[in-house]
Amino acid sequence: MFQKLTTLKESPSQTAGPYVHIGATPNWVEITGVWDEDLGLVLVGPDTKGERIIVKGRVFDGSGNVIKDALIEIWQADADGLYNSPEEKRGKADPNFVGWGRQPTDGTTGEYRFETIKPGRVPYKDGRLMAPHITVWVVARGINIGLHTRLYFGDEEAANAECPVLARIEHKFRLPTLIAARSEENGMPTYTFDIRLQGENETVFFDI
Amino acid sequence: MSDQGSYYQRDRSWHPAALTPQYKTSVLRSPQYPLLSLDNTISEMTGPRFGHGTIGPLDNDLIRNFAKTGDAIGQRIIVYGRVLDENARPVPGALVELWQANAGGRYRHKKETYLAAIDPNFGGCGRAITDAEGRYWFRTIKPGAYPWPNGVNDWRPAHIHFSLFGHAFAQRLITQMYFEGDPMIWQCPIVSTISDKAAIDQLTAVLDRNATLPMDALAYKFDIVLRGRRSTMFENRMEGN
Ligand SMILES: [Fe+3]
Repeated sequence: MFQKLTTLKESPSQTAGPYVHIGATPNWVEITGVWDEDLGLVLVGPDTKGERIIVKGRVFDGSGNVIKDALIEIWQADADGLYNSPEEKRGKADPNFVGWGRQPTDGTTGEYRFETIKPGRVPYKDGRLMAPHITVWVVARGINIGLHTRLYFGDEEAANAECPVLARIEHKFRLPTLIAARSEENGMPTYTFDIRLQGENETVFFDI
Repeated sequence: MSDQGSYYQRDRSWHPAALTPQYKTSVLRSPQYPLLSLDNTISEMTGPRFGHGTIGPLDNDLIRNFAKTGDAIGQRIIVYGRVLDENARPVPGALVELWQANAGGRYRHKKETYLAAIDPNFGGCGRAITDAEGRYWFRTIKPGAYPWPNGVNDWRPAHIHFSLFGHAFAQRLITQMYFEGDPMIWQCPIVSTISDKAAIDQLTAVLDRNATLPMDALAYKFDIVLRGRRSTMFENRMEGN
């Protein structure tokens, strides 16, 4: 009889369902008094370094309908390209920037919205710099396993053109699905990142 | 032991597929293009860490953390276990968040329309951070089964939703816990999005009579496994050359 590996299997995913907000953002669904503030609402404080930006968008299903029960999480580097994580070995990230955010899509408009800073560039495995990006994770009813994607910035054309991850996208017509267009909202740079789960212009999702 | 390698590739045949027509909502919410495979970069191998200061003393006690006039109604249970990685090592400092219906199978949510009664003393959310051995525990009530609009007469088995943060964003996971011996597990279109029975069994908590609190609460053990990481014994040497 051959030897057995001692590794375990990852627990299989199950959908977050329609009531993910009870666990993730209870105050937002009027379950108040359990804990004071939902996690992930605030990314920046007065001492956070970097350019303040708004990131917003909507999530669409395969028929073009806006999904109003999704939960979006983002994870990003600080203004110098360092992650606020014990696993970050390259230096010490801005202590005034957590880098993680969580927002529901609005029950009426379907829009999600984060106030954050523009991240710096971080290296790919071979040392080349990736373009500035925000890691985005989407869960909702009907999504059996959370979807990973990346937001890139529309005004970073040069960096985007040399990003080793974007270069891996074989079908170039899909590239724009990862690029958030820049506009201004009350003087704040605002990046709109719509996520299409299916259909024409389906967002590029990653198996990481 | 060095811990710097990327995470093991996710076994997508162990997880549910995106498109599972028996769970109707997945039909329009499932990507149709193949996922773009990306060996982890530092963006995925890092993640937020939540300190013990994040957590209040009643956050893991769903019988009391929303109570207004008395304890939540229902069968009192302890849910406990460990968060491990695929290398069978504990994951300390993991944030475990959970949510569930009340004993009658009703969620406290404005979109919830099931006729079962709301329990004024039950909110349905809890959270904990694993200790140095990866252990967590909750006190709660056993959730009821509930009907849902999918088939004409589909019911969810009793379950608790779990969300997990390990040490890297690549480990991010949402799943559900079921209860040993529940015949409704095998009638559920969401459970059956998982094709391997062994994988479903991995989500099924086991009654633990030894962990029961006498005259108080039954106990269920539920271990959770997050993705494991390659050792870099060899990679480091290669980088050094
Ligand atoms: Fe549920």
